[in-house]
Amino acid sequence: MHTKSWHSVGPSLDECIKCNICTSYCPVAAVTDLFPGPKYVGPQAQRFRENGQPQTPDHSVDYCSGCRVCNEVCPTGVKIAELNARARAQIVSEKGIPLRNRLLGRNEMLGKLGHIVPGLANFGLHNSFSRVMAEKVMGIARQAPLPHWSTDGSFGDWFKKTQAQRLKSDKKVVYYHGCATMYYEPFIGKATVAVFEHNGYEVLVPPQNCCGLPMLSNGEFGAAADYHQNNINKLLVYAQAGLDIVGTSTSCTLTLKEEAPELLDMDSDNAKAITNATWDIFEWLRERHELGELKTDFRQMNMVLPYHAPCQYRAHRVGKPAMDIMALIPGIDIRESHARCCGIAGTYGYKKEKYQIAMDVGAELFDFVADQGGDVEMTACDSETCRWQLEHGTDLPSRHPVEILAAAYGLYDLEKRQLL
Amino acid sequence: MNRIQTEVLVIGGGATGTGVAWDAALRGLKVVLVERRDLTHGTSGRYHGLLHSGGRYAVKDSHGAAECIAENQILRVTHAHCIEDTSGFFVVLPEDEGEYPDKFKAGCEAVGIPCVEIPVAEALRREPLLNPRISRVFEVPDGSSDSFLAAHATAQAARNAGAQILTYHEVTSLIMVGGESDRRVAGAVVHNVVTGEDTEIHADMTVNAAGAWTGKLAAMAGIEITIMPSKGTMVAMNHRLVNTVVNRCKSPSDGDIIVPSHTVCVIGTTSINVPEPEPLRIEPWEVKKMLEEGDKMVPGFAQARVLRAWAGVRPLFQDTYTSGKGRDVTRKLALLDHKEREGVAGFLTITGGKWTTFRLMAEATVDDICRHLGTERPCTTATTPVPGAEQGHYWVGHRLHEIEEKHLQSELVCECELVTRTMIENAARRNPLLTLDDLRRDVRLGKGPCQGGFCTYRATGILHEMKKAGSWEVNMSDDASSAAKWEVAYLQSPGHNLVSDADSHEDNGRAANTADSFNPNLLLRDFLQERWKGVTPILWGRQLKQERLDELIYMSLMNVDHLPDKELSSPVTEFYLFDTTPTAEEVADV
Ligand SMILES: Cc1cc2nc3c(=O)[nH]c(=O)nc-3n(C[C@H](O)[C@H](O)[C@H](O)COP(=O)(O)OP(=O)(O)OC[C@H]3O[C@@H](n4cnc5c(N)ncnc54)[C@H](O)[C@@H]3O)c2cc1C
Ligand code: SF4
Ligand code: SF4
Ligand code: SF4
Repeated sequence: MHTKSWHSVGPSLDECIKCNICTSYCPVAAVTDLFPGPKYVGPQAQRFRENGQPQTPDHSVDYCSGCRVCNEVCPTGVKIAELNARARAQIVSEKGIPLRNRLLGRNEMLGKLGHIVPGLANFGLHNSFSRVMAEKVMGIARQAPLPHWSTDGSFGDWFKKTQAQRLKSDKKVVYYHGCATMYYEPFIGKATVAVFEHNGYEVLVPPQNCCGLPMLSNGEFGAAADYHQNNINKLLVYAQAGLDIVGTSTSCTLTLKEEAPELLDMDSDNAKAITNATWDIFEWLRERHELGELKTDFRQMNMVLPYHAPCQYRAHRVGKPAMDIMALIPGIDIRESHARCCGIAGTYGYKKEKYQIAMDVGAELFDFVADQGGDVEMTACDSETCRWQLEHGTDLPSRHPVEILAAAYGLYDLEKRQLL
Repeated sequence: MNRIQTEVLVIGGGATGTGVAWDAALRGLKVVLVERRDLTHGTSGRYHGLLHSGGRYAVKDSHGAAECIAENQILRVTHAHCIEDTSGFFVVLPEDEGEYPDKFKAGCEAVGIPCVEIPVAEALRREPLLNPRISRVFEVPDGSSDSFLAAHATAQAARNAGAQILTYHEVTSLIMVGGESDRRVAGAVVHNVVTGEDTEIHADMTVNAAGAWTGKLAAMAGIEITIMPSKGTMVAMNHRLVNTVVNRCKSPSDGDIIVPSHTVCVIGTTSINVPEPEPLRIEPWEVKKMLEEGDKMVPGFAQARVLRAWAGVRPLFQDTYTSGKGRDVTRKLALLDHKEREGVAGFLTITGGKWTTFRLMAEATVDDICRHLGTERPCTTATTPVPGAEQGHYWVGHRLHEIEEKHLQSELVCECELVTRTMIENAARRNPLLTLDDLRRDVRLGKGPCQGGFCTYRATGILHEMKKAGSWEVNMSDDASSAAKWEVAYLQSPGHNLVSDADSHEDNGRAANTADSFNPNLLLRDFLQERWKGVTPILWGRQLKQERLDELIYMSLMNVDHLPDKELSSPVTEFYLFDTTPTAEEVADV
């Protein structure tokens, strides 16, 4: 593909020394012959891609899940997953985007639609007839763990309704909830608000929109750029006022911080201001703890908790802050999975031709959970799609670490997923 | 001694020699071509890769420019698959402003080179890394050309028309007959550098197409022609930074052209007179100069990853003598009729010119041959596509495309340049092969970022296996009767090499050489040395990291320094050594 500028991800292919370490770690290449691996589709194929060729030379890059394990293990810093995302965007711009990927890319729109009559929408989407139809017509795997719309109102509705009860304070934080919290899992947002307020922070929830990641991973770069620009416009004043923008979806925060500006070559000062202000919730909580500001009045929680650090977390390059903080809770026995990926990788595992690959990738994680013994009642993971995949692959409920923390503060019922 | 009788003997397997063999064979002449190494071992395999539009010569040499544009258009048809239609920009940098750009435009118009001035913004959109401070851009039909493939395809066309091509056959002396008044070259004695056998080739006409070595060949006939070898160094970058040929719009000088070529782009060249065409030493200042010049056209160029450097030699021929028949074409290319010049009959020298004009040079030569042989046969090369041309123009993604379409991912041996196992097996069977370097020219083995780090041992293993299975022999001779089996024009395409030729070529009538010359340890050593030679001048930054890994693989893991058969050497072993003689500057420093 054409190298647009020296700052963009393209030139990072020059760092590759061909060692194949990425290939031996890639969880997708390990389970399917359809995917030749990161080195092949990334720095190698890149040298054969150019604008204005008679045809798009390759298509197997579409099997990259975007999990970024390759980036993490590459000894020379090739931005492999980004090269792949760009290649996909090029294919999309040349071949057009299938309706399915367009839909999966529009998480926010789907969320809004279903939110109008959630009960009906859930029935409409989740009955077996429509799942078969969705697979036939659109190629969305019938077994894939699609989310359920919240039947209890959106997070926004709740936040507005409870304005009067919300803590007012000099210490303020901006909450970036993302689409999943907004429409499917408002309880995560409630637990988060409870944790912020318990630590003395007033929570601001300014207008915001989808981070655009689903579009980025489906190769729709134009639409993703619009989304990111909107977010910049909406959040800039807060960033400029020195407020932290904190999110509970690791993938959303990664997109705001790094993915969108990097993939879309958006490197204005405003974009940088957003990058610098954005935190993942546990990264932020750990910072509070290191400054001695985090409350540690935790209840005893006697539980064995298998924890999977989602792959996007590793891309943040901040260690495992959720582990660091949850470890402060007395009685909790956290078992880290070390699995490379749960397989779902955003919307990857929803696609008919990739469902089985995603399940095979996830097997490493599911087996790990099974090995932790019969006492395990739930698992924990920071990313929503990963949690849904974990639940699908293990038949155990899965929770966001912020829910665990809220429960440890005595503010949240882990089982019913509601504030106490 | 073996003896071959032919009408035309061509000495030199570069662009010019293969072109002459092709043209003469098409005209129905009996032809033998001899080359002392592999095809394109000389300058043709070490050039810059530009299919000239003629723009470069439009101001100073309108005749040369006209030849270029005419040949450019012909080769796009006859050798379509050896050419990428990249187009070319002539860009005006701030330091190049002045009268030249307008003269350039007028010059192009005068000789009929399509030349369109395009808005700078459009040029920057098409080539985002170009220097944004350029003030004008002219677009001309430059292209990128693959001389390895072209020589193969031309040679195959010649074979198909009955020519015999003998590689690794070196002319050691010319057969001279007659006395003072009627001296004549009646052929040559050639030495098979692999088997050590000598053969007398008797010919009615002998063509000296030995490039920068033409002076040495002429000397064998007692003729003195002054050929001044002039070295040009080029530097290849790890990937394409431009997809269009980029030329400076000014009087031609050092390092003013960037040519996208396959997966890389190449900046060139320098121009330095040297005493001998081989060996060529690359000086640090040359590499530095190329990168600095590249940086002017593409800011940041000098910081990008450099892959390797190499040098070629131009045979500079200053003599203005022409064959005297007023044939204009002899002005830029030098066709020397030694009967008219020195009274030595049966001997022509063809030199000078460019890769772009090789077909024209061949045409002029064979016209002259026909005149001497007293036969009138029209040239047909301009309208006869060579095998493979039906594939259409090269495009950089074609290998990846074929690998993907045919699901050949797991067949890759050279991962960087996407060479499959069967491509290697077929190349080894179809083309006389002595070293892995020959495979590099045939299929691009080892030309990518790791410079053979991962494919050298794999390819060696494959050849070793083939050898042990008896399905392949080192073949150094050719026989016209097996011509049909030499489908070398398709060696570059993974999709055309899905099946290994396996035993189908066993009985091809070629004399087999099973002597010691094929030894896997030697094969490995020679190729590592050859790749190493090209990276030594650019050993810093990212390529240094690469070479460190390659060093660990070969030295620490495989212990190649202590391979057995150390005493063995091939005819090219010495050529692959990097010249470490200190330069005058270095000596002065000490
Ligand atoms: C640095 C550089 C860059 C160039 N870039 C371009 C470009 O971009 N575009 C372009 O159009 N032109 C270019 N040229 C010019 C072009 O490469 C040459 O004009 C062309 O390759 C010459 O081909 P040739 O066949 O005449 O010579 P060569 O390719 O040198 O062939 C001569 C052959 O004769 C063989 N030989 C020598 N002695 C013997 C013997 N005793 N017995 C048997 N065989 C023998 C040699 O091994 C050699 O293979 C470039 C030249 C140089 C030096
Ligand atoms: S992002 Fe994940 S799936 Fe894609 S190449 Fe890298 S490791 Fe493999
Ligand atoms: S790990 Fe990095 S350096 Fe190694 S092959 Fe993969 S991309 Fe190249
Ligand atoms: S969210 Fe991610 S993508 Fe994810 S760990 Fe789960 S799968 Fe891998």
